[in-house]
Amino acid sequence: MRVAAPPSKASTARSEQIILFRISGQLFAVSSASVQEVRSVDSLSGAAMEMNQPTLRKVRHVLRRGDRALFVVNGAAHFGLPASSAGLVFVLRKTRTALLVDGIDKMATMTRLQSLPLAYCHEERQWYRGLTALDQSVIPVVNPEGLLTPEELALLDASLTPLALPEESTAEGMAEPE
Amino acid sequence: MNNSAEFGSQSFVLLRLGERRFAVAATQISELVAPSRIFRFPNHTPKVEGVILRRGRIVPVCDVAEALLGKTLVSRRFYLIAVRHYRDKSEWVALPVSGECELIAAEMMAAGEADAPHVAGWISHNGEVIEILNIDALTPGGNGLSVPVEVDALLEARP
Repeated sequence: MRVAAPPSKASTARSEQIILFRISGQLFAVSSASVQEVRSVDSLSGAAMEMNQPTLRKVRHVLRRGDRALFVVNGAAHFGLPASSAGLVFVLRKTRTALLVDGIDKMATMTRLQSLPLAYCHEERQWYRGLTALDQSVIPVVNPEGLLTPEELALLDASLTPLALPEESTAEGMAEPE
Repeated sequence: MNNSAEFGSQSFVLLRLGERRFAVAATQISELVAPSRIFRFPNHTPKVEGVILRRGRIVPVCDVAEALLGKTLVSRRFYLIAVRHYRDKSEWVALPVSGECELIAAEMMAAGEADAPHVAGWISHNGEVIEILNIDALTPGGNGLSVPVEVDALLEARP
């Protein structure tokens, strides 16, 4: 599936296209501009390599993209939700992260992003860019850079060093034009 | 709410949590609203149940009954929307309460050293001595928190 290109500034100067998706039944949003590709889990089966970092159970697979390693974060494990059957992977732009999700609900336009209330004072401040109200619901907007901390990335990099990653074929991808 | 202002005294809102009554300075109260749908999402902050939508704002719901009574409320009749102060800003928080609230005027007695941090002081009302709550100490957030860049208001288009 091709991810919709970000809207032109002329048409929606003060709005943002978002993808609404589910993990273990919980609805989240992410900016479509931060999603480079949406792929089915099946299409990655040959390209992903298993990882076993005991202190970071949310990352079980890594993909190679050129000279870069992309760490596949299990969304349910990251957010502390019950395990679910992931069907899709979001390859996230400008990060070294891909996110396993159950499925996409729909695309929508967000016109207001409210910062996370200050009452929330733990890791969730890194997880979310904020909250948005859509169709009388409140949806957390995921911060792609909050899926893995710099410390976690360093830990994963360290455990990756001895591994030889298979190069992923881009033939079956659903890449959005850069 | 009943109003019984007295000269020289301060205004407080009396709220009921289970069998007990507490007071909050009226200047810290925004409104009393009927319970509405709570939206929940993953987080690691205890005491915050979720958020409600109120007048276009997203307001966190903080159940203070457990801290004050040792148990959560069985029935909720209203949310008292209070102002919670952080280092350099203020936000609304919704406190579930189990009964009608009342606006009274009373003279405040300062909290003592032995009082818990959530006790801002005491008032005497109808023969009852009532704790004045310090909302800032009772609700989570703020302590040592690095506040990220504000993202409120309309969005700029992203590249």
